[in-house]
Amino acid sequence: MSSFLNRVTRSRSSQASGSVAKDRLKLVLIHDRTDIPPAIMEELRDELMGVIARYVDFVREDVEVHITRESRSSRLVAEVPLRNQPRTRSRR
Amino acid sequence: MSGKVLTVTSGKGGVGKTTTVANVGAALAATGSRVVCIDVDLGLRNLDVVMGLENRIVYDLVHVIEGQCRLRQAMIKDKRMPELYLIPAAQTRDKTAVSPSDMVRLAEELKPDFDWIVLDSPAGIERGFRNALAPADQVLVITNPEVSAVRDADRIIGLVEAERKGPAQLVINRVRPDMIERGDMLSVDDILDILAVDLIGKIPEDESIIIGSNRGSPVALDPDSSAGQAFRNIARRLNGEEVDFVQPQVKTSFFSRLGRLMGRGA
Repeated sequence: MSSFLNRVTRSRSSQASGSVAKDRLKLVLIHDRTDIPPAIMEELRDELMGVIARYVDFVREDVEVHITRESRSSRLVAEVPLRNQPRTRSRR
Repeated sequence: MSGKVLTVTSGKGGVGKTTTVANVGAALAATGSRVVCIDVDLGLRNLDVVMGLENRIVYDLVHVIEGQCRLRQAMIKDKRMPELYLIPAAQTRDKTAVSPSDMVRLAEELKPDFDWIVLDSPAGIERGFRNALAPADQVLVITNPEVSAVRDADRIIGLVEAERKGPAQLVINRVRPDMIERGDMLSVDDILDILAVDLIGKIPEDESIIIGSNRGSPVALDPDSSAGQAFRNIARRLNGEEVDFVQPQVKTSFFSRLGRLMGRGA
């Protein structure tokens, strides 16, 4: 979006405010649209890990549960890196 | 003839709902449509002053709903236009004086006589908004290129969909092409990308809007105003015409032209 001149003169650290606005909006809307408070997300993450642990071995610290947004719909995505699994299942 | 109810809403206050109603109403009437604009913002009446009809109010929306006057008596004719009317909001009553079903009944009563019934919704997501949404056939959501306004627009778009009144169409008001060009404003594409709705109008920031509201004369009637042109284009799109979106005019510098040559820029 920024003009050529801006791209030349602005360093990467001072991102144009328009794109800062866009990033902030995307984040805030993820929460607005799902209405799931962070504490509940934590609980969900813990329970999910409990279930998954019964079937596969995974790296607990690297589990990520978050909500992504596409168009006007949102999607719950869990990333669970598996430990020592030679028959790797494709990870998103 | 069976008119269409067009509800203009926004969530956030001060983004230009009333301005849009006055101007789109006038632009529709200028094309020969029969139009009635209704101010649904009970207690915070404003459409009357923006349209320049404040001195002619005798009866208002609540008088009509409560049967204290006939519908025709509360309709103020805009003498500048062939067929443009205003039903003003009550100033001394609050939103509980009217219910969503009252609004549906009123709209049904008006439909045989008008092409367009344009409702000016109050800000917020409560009773007043519900009153304005209940009879809607088509919904315009107004926003500004600012984080807070876009966030509220998102909320409203969701509520409109939940009430099965969607898909809402978006009007982006107060666009500053110069600020977008230098990367300091959310661009129209950014906003459409985030909200995932169709655009029906983008209105440039234009001081003629303030001058018009000072005088009570909608800029849609001013052939030289760029915002007026944008409102007239919305009216044409509402009438089913395909109208290209006017490219914002920015004084181009050598560097921005160079940037565009390299595939960047607006």
